[in-house]
Amino acid sequence: MSLDSSPKPSVAFAHFEFVKSELSLLFTRRRTWAMLFTISLIPIFLAIAVSLSGSTVPPGEGPPFLDRVSQNGLFVGFTAMVLAIPFFLPLTMAVVSGDTIAGEANTGTLRYLLISPLSRAKLLLVKFIGAGAFALAATFTLMLTGIIIGSILFPIGPVTLLSGEVIPIPDALLRIALVAIYVSISLMGVAAIGLFISTLTVVPVGAMAATVILSTVSQILGSLPQIEVIHPYLPTYYWLGFADFLRSPLDFTSFTSNLLLQLGYILIFGSFAYSKFTTKDVLS
Amino acid sequence: MASSIAAEYAIETRGLSKSFGSHNAVDGIDLRVPRGSVFGFLGPNGSGKTSTIRMLLGLSNISAGEVYLLGHRMPDHLDLALPRVGALVEGPAFYPFISGRRNLIRFDSANKNADPKTRDERVDRALARVGLTAAAKKKVHAYSLGMKQRLAIANALLQPRELLVLDEPTNGLDPQGTREIRNLVRTLASEGITFFISSHLLVEIEQICTHLAVMSQGKLVEQGSLEELSKSETLVLTLQTDQKQGAIKVLRDLKIKAKAHQSEIVAVVPRGLIEPEEIVRKLTRAKVGIKSFSLLAPTLEERFVSLTGEGFDVAR
Repeated sequence: MSLDSSPKPSVAFAHFEFVKSELSLLFTRRRTWAMLFTISLIPIFLAIAVSLSGSTVPPGEGPPFLDRVSQNGLFVGFTAMVLAIPFFLPLTMAVVSGDTIAGEANTGTLRYLLISPLSRAKLLLVKFIGAGAFALAATFTLMLTGIIIGSILFPIGPVTLLSGEVIPIPDALLRIALVAIYVSISLMGVAAIGLFISTLTVVPVGAMAATVILSTVSQILGSLPQIEVIHPYLPTYYWLGFADFLRSPLDFTSFTSNLLLQLGYILIFGSFAYSKFTTKDVLS
Repeated sequence: MASSIAAEYAIETRGLSKSFGSHNAVDGIDLRVPRGSVFGFLGPNGSGKTSTIRMLLGLSNISAGEVYLLGHRMPDHLDLALPRVGALVEGPAFYPFISGRRNLIRFDSANKNADPKTRDERVDRALARVGLTAAAKKKVHAYSLGMKQRLAIANALLQPRELLVLDEPTNGLDPQGTREIRNLVRTLASEGITFFISSHLLVEIEQICTHLAVMSQGKLVEQGSLEELSKSETLVLTLQTDQKQGAIKVLRDLKIKAKAHQSEIVAVVPRGLIEPEEIVRKLTRAKVGIKSFSLLAPTLEERFVSLTGEGFDVAR
C-alpha cells in the first residue's frame, strides 16, 4: 500500500511555494556556494596558466581548444568545461543529489516535512528540480567565469569554429549558453541516480560517494573498447558531445541523443526512487 | 466524505499492528481518543508507543488493522487529516544553518493548504506563543534543546489545529519551561483542541490529562478516563511503627496480609473491608505505636508499574 495519497487539485501558487523554499534553502547553504566558487576556479586557473606560460600550444595538443585560448579569450570556457565534465562537475552533482532525501533524513527534518503534509512524490520532484537548478548554476558559472577571465587576460573577438568559419561575438555567446545547457542536461542522469540512492540511506555522504563512484565507473567502462556495444547506453557517453556546438551550422545531433539518453535514466531511476520512497517506513 | 466515519474520536485504531519480521512492536491495539480530551499515552521504552505514533501520522506502514485520524482513514487520506494535525515526534528536528523563523517558514511552505499571504503573520504568532520571538532570527545550531523543543511546538501551531500529537513535549525543559508547556496545553485544550501526549513522566500526565492509555510490550493494557482509572478495587495500607511484629499480628487478625518493608509495613486492602479509623483503633489498643498511617488508592505510578512490570526496563 502506498503511503502517498493521490494529490487533490490545488491552487498552483501553493505548490510553487515549496519549490521556492527548496531553491532558497539550496542556495543559502555555504556548501552550494563553496562548490560554485570552486567550479569558477577551473577557468580562472586555466586562463592564468595559459597566460603565464607564454608559449603557444601547437594545434591538437593538450585539452581541446587550448591552442585557441591565447588568441581568443572566449575559448577559455570551452576548455574549462572539457576539464570539468569528466569528474569535477559530476562530483558536485553527486553531492547535491545524494543529499536530497538522505540529508533530510539525517537532520530529522524529513518526518516534519512529510507531516506538513507534503506528498512524498512532490518532495522527490522538488528535490530533483533543485538538482536541476544547481546543474544550470554550475555550468553557467563555469562558462560565465570563462568569459570574464578570458576577456581580462586575452583578446576577445569573432570566433573561428572547428569547421573554419568565423562567427561574430553574439553568435559565440549564444553557443556558450548552449554548451552550458547541454552539460546541465548531461548531469541530470547522474542527478536521478543520486536521488534514487538518496532514498536508500540516511547517511548523505554514503549516497554522494555511491553516486560519484557510479558516474566514474561509467566513464571507465566507456573507455574499454572490449565492451563497445554497451557504450551508447552509458549515461556518460555523450558528455563531450557539446563540441558539436562549435561547428557550423549548429549541430544538435549529440544534443538530442544526449537528451533522450538522460531522459531514459531519469525515467528509470526516477521510478525506482518513487517506488522505494513512497512505500518505505520513515524511521528517521 | 465517504471515508469519514462519525468522528467522535480524534484518533481511533482497530486491531492496529506493526511487525518487524517476527516481532510485533504493536500488537492489535484499539485506541480511542475522545475529541477534546487531553489523552496521555504511557508506556516503558520499547512498548510500541513510537511505532504507534508513526503509523498514526502516515510515516510508517501499517502491518494490520485500521487507523482513523480525525475520522479519516490513514494513510489513504493523510492529505485530509494531517493539515489539521500538529505534531512533535521523536524530538525536534531543524535545519541548523538557518534561523528558527526560516525553519518555520520552510515547514509552512511544504503545506499546500497554507496561505502564503498569512505566512509571516502566522509564524510570528506561533513564535510569540512559545516565547521565542527574541531568538527567532538566530540560527538553530545555537539553540538549546529547550528552545528547539519550543520551536517544534511553534511548528505544530502554525495552523489552527484540531489535534496535537506531542511525543515527550517536556523533554529537556527546565521546571519553568515544563510549567509553560503545561499552561499552553491547558489553554489550547480549553479552546477545544484534542491532545495526544506520549510521556514517561507520570506526574506530568496526572496533572494535565483527562484520559489515559498504557502500553506494555505492544499491547494496550489500560485505557479510559482518569476518573475511571483512579477507581480502584484495592487500597494500599502503609504504616510506620517500631512494633512491627505486633502490627502484623493485629492486621492478620483483621484478615489483612501485611509485609514488613524496611521501615514500613505495607498491605493491600480490598476497598470497603474496613474503615481506616477502625484499623488505627485496633492497633492502638494492641499498644502498637503509630508513627504514620495511610490507607489510600494506589497512585498512578504504582498502577503503572503493576501494569507494565517493575521499573522502566526496555522491553525485548
